[in-house]
Amino acid sequence: MPEPLLDVRDLRVCFRTRQGLVTAVDGLSFSVAPGEVLGVVGESGSGKSVSMLAVLRLLTSPNVTVSGEVLFRGRDLLALPDKEMRAVRGREIAMVFQDPMTALTPVYTVGWQIAEAIRAHEQVSRKEAHARAVRLLSDVGIPDAASRLNAYPHEFSGGMRQRAVIAMALSCSPSLLIADEPTTALDVTVQAQILDLMRELNAGGSAMVLITHDMGVVSQIADRVLVMYGGRAAEEGPRRAVFHGPRHPYTWGLLDSVPRVGGPRLRRLPTIAGVPVAPGGIPEGCAFAPRCRLRHDLCEERPVLSGDTHLDACWLPSGDRAGLRVSARDTEAAS
Amino acid sequence: MLVFALKRFASALLVMFAISVLVFLIFFATPGVDPAARIAGRNADPATLAQVRHSFGLDRPMPIRYLLMMRHLLIDRDLESFVNRGSRVIPQIIQATPVTLSLVIGAALIWMTAGILMGTAAATLRGRAADPLIMLVGVVGVSLPAYWLGEVVNLLTQKQLHDSLFSWVPPPGYVGLGQDPGQWALHMLFPWLTLALLYAGIYARLLRGEVVTALNEDYVRTARAKGLSERRILLRHALRCSLIPIVSLFGLDFGALVGGAALLTEVVFGLPGIGKLTFDALQNLDLPVIMGTVLYAAFFVVLANALVDILYARLDPRARHA
Amino acid sequence: MTAQDIVAVDTDAPPAGEVLLRATDVTKHYPVRGRRQVLRAVDGVSLAVLGGETLGVVGESGCGKSTLGRCLVRLTELTSGRVEFDGRDISTLSARRLRPVRPGMQLVFQDPQASLNPRRRAGDIVAEPLLVHRYGNASAVRRRVRELFDVVGLAAAHLDRYPHEFSGGQRQRIGIARALATNPKLIVADEPVSALDVSIQAQVLNLFADLQEEFGLTYVFIAHDLGVVRHVSDRIAVMYLGEIVELAGTEALYSDPAHPYTQALLSAVPDIDDGTFAEDGPTRERIVLTGEVPSPADKPTGCPFRTRCPYAQDLCAVERPRLTPKASGRQVACHFPLAG
Repeated sequence: MPEPLLDVRDLRVCFRTRQGLVTAVDGLSFSVAPGEVLGVVGESGSGKSVSMLAVLRLLTSPNVTVSGEVLFRGRDLLALPDKEMRAVRGREIAMVFQDPMTALTPVYTVGWQIAEAIRAHEQVSRKEAHARAVRLLSDVGIPDAASRLNAYPHEFSGGMRQRAVIAMALSCSPSLLIADEPTTALDVTVQAQILDLMRELNAGGSAMVLITHDMGVVSQIADRVLVMYGGRAAEEGPRRAVFHGPRHPYTWGLLDSVPRVGGPRLRRLPTIAGVPVAPGGIPEGCAFAPRCRLRHDLCEERPVLSGDTHLDACWLPSGDRAGLRVSARDTEAAS
Repeated sequence: MLVFALKRFASALLVMFAISVLVFLIFFATPGVDPAARIAGRNADPATLAQVRHSFGLDRPMPIRYLLMMRHLLIDRDLESFVNRGSRVIPQIIQATPVTLSLVIGAALIWMTAGILMGTAAATLRGRAADPLIMLVGVVGVSLPAYWLGEVVNLLTQKQLHDSLFSWVPPPGYVGLGQDPGQWALHMLFPWLTLALLYAGIYARLLRGEVVTALNEDYVRTARAKGLSERRILLRHALRCSLIPIVSLFGLDFGALVGGAALLTEVVFGLPGIGKLTFDALQNLDLPVIMGTVLYAAFFVVLANALVDILYARLDPRARHA
Repeated sequence: MTAQDIVAVDTDAPPAGEVLLRATDVTKHYPVRGRRQVLRAVDGVSLAVLGGETLGVVGESGCGKSTLGRCLVRLTELTSGRVEFDGRDISTLSARRLRPVRPGMQLVFQDPQASLNPRRRAGDIVAEPLLVHRYGNASAVRRRVRELFDVVGLAAAHLDRYPHEFSGGQRQRIGIARALATNPKLIVADEPVSALDVSIQAQVLNLFADLQEEFGLTYVFIAHDLGVVRHVSDRIAVMYLGEIVELAGTEALYSDPAHPYTQALLSAVPDIDDGTFAEDGPTRERIVLTGEVPSPADKPTGCPFRTRCPYAQDLCAVERPRLTPKASGRQVACHFPLAG
């Protein structure tokens, strides 16, 4: 296994709220190898976005405490002085957010904002930055880039804006791109275009972390998958292993409850009982236990993420998970 | 752009016409009020009344009287006061304008500077002790009425402390900028501060809210993810967007103040500006002067509105196509 | 996967039931400010909804599917065309005449947060339509509200809570209970699950299925998620730029799309490869559409899809294809359909 590009160890994010200290990310560890695409999936409140914001130290509220280690090329980002951290953001690690409609400052042209990103990290002339912005925009598939550069964000459609945001993120050729639900706000046909674009980037050697709730998107593009629940990792492994032989009951639920466009049609969808756990209400033991059909006494205790390359945090016997999955579904159907 | 300007101009004319008609009707068509009786004074005999009526043209039909008045005001520019016969309206307004402009422009510079500094500082220091402190200063400024504050300032600088601390403060009144710039500034200093204090507080509060909202926007997060410095994020992104509503408000306030809304400050500090002129004319129910000042005020408010619209479009690209 | 879970049909059952709702050439145009154009949100839509079925309406943002939904229950006035509900033309009824018809058709909205009055208790929200339509005295209303809460899977303890105290899924249940209050025949659901987490989405979809079975409801189910629409619908209308481009039985539509847009839409959905049917059979050909959806205020001549269609020919620019029935029972608006 090559030296990881990003190695996060025991990341913990706590928010001070009126209800007391709330743990949004609880001892999360994961790594991203160079050129790899890591898909991070989970429902709202799973801590998937918060943990990535913490990696880039974008949680600026004074009520947040972040602990653990975020090693990027061997340097702990959490211990870097602000100035050096700024040099990492945008230059070495770039981030793309969910809603392209609000991600750009409305009063500047798209080109100005891309040039600003370039000039924040490199000593280049305005003219050169401008020329590079044109190249970037046409690279991400915006036709007539030279003139579209002078357009304001509101003059772009959602898909175009997301392309522009991605172009901006790529402006300093970062070695890692973190994309937080980059296609959720977009229509499927536009989503397909953006996913193609991301695949191209990956083929060009960029490593990526793709945060999404859409199992389909992960299945299309990720090399490895991290399933999060209640601020913790529930399962992690190579895509094929996770999708073809999911080990954690939560992953089963995520895969089964999505209605597909192909395959057999089910009269009733398998569901996960209850609602996603909210930060603040996470039990001591297994976070998923209250919703799990196969919970037992051991679940009172917190399971550790264990395994070889395909890891999971579950107390069920590791031998016949596929059989357990079928029996869990039968219990639901019977109830 | 030309179409836009023409449209604005036409609507400005319409507004001014409507206002002048309204003012005219309030004075001449209000039942039970006879302007002739007012001009002639108390207990005038019917013959005098009739003579007054004739000499002021009050015996002619209403529309004619309106047109005559407008003609005197705008074309011949020789409309005379009803109260001080022989004193013309237009020169009075022309004389008063620089006083008001001096007061309002100076105060505006002070309050915008102070308001932006205080608002931005409070927003960035949010969550620390300085934020509520700055806002408290703002509230105090907002809650002090200009006439009271002006009187207190006068009391301190002209009487109580005049012999010691404020011996350099000139007596109330106005000195033209052309006459003696130093004295002009000295005379205007306390009026400026008094007027600015009120607005600085309002603007600081508003701007603080806007900047705090902007700092939570997605685009600020994007800017941070780009690796920009906090300073640049604050000034070029958050503050830049927050200024848009502030500027439009400023235009309206500025227009109203130049139009005569600085009346209280002018009266307290004995500044013969538009506000004072309007104030005196209203006390005497001197219609021609009222008509002149109201139209003048309407002109500035409408002008300020138009300028705000143009500025708004410059500041906010989203407004350009609407 | 146990056998009883799987729907027995591999082909679509022949449509059964009487026509409950019939839309004929429905148009809804909005004026565009400052320009002489109009925004053709819905542009000549004709369809029939059969009693007891679920008609899915699918399309991308801006295709007019939500506007169509509002036209169907006359929450918005039509520009032209007619809508018949239960054999009665409701598109021209006066507000007073419309009132007795209203209880029979209800709407469920996308955003449960925004469609529930935050200052009213859940029980009162559900009781409101009952009071408006004079259901009965206070105790009858109370009984009915409890019953409705039970039906949608909410507890009696929830009656006195305010909307913000519920989770997204529970709020959608309140919205559904409110829609059910007046015993409607037809429910138009506009993106009812798109704001929900996947696990909650499945629960609400199952609830929709249960209610249909229990009360014989007819649904018009509007959504952008092709998996969701496939799951709930008997027949599906695909919309593009305010027009229906294809209307077919669910199985036929997904296995054999006839309109190039349907085909592209389906191929754009990222499949979950879970090993069950990946290796056998060819994977679907992916067609990535280029360009953007034109503005509904500036529609192309002829076929609305021709600017992005990989199969477009000269005829497509000249003549607008009509939605025409094919031998197989499906309707397609295309000069060169991909399937019969």
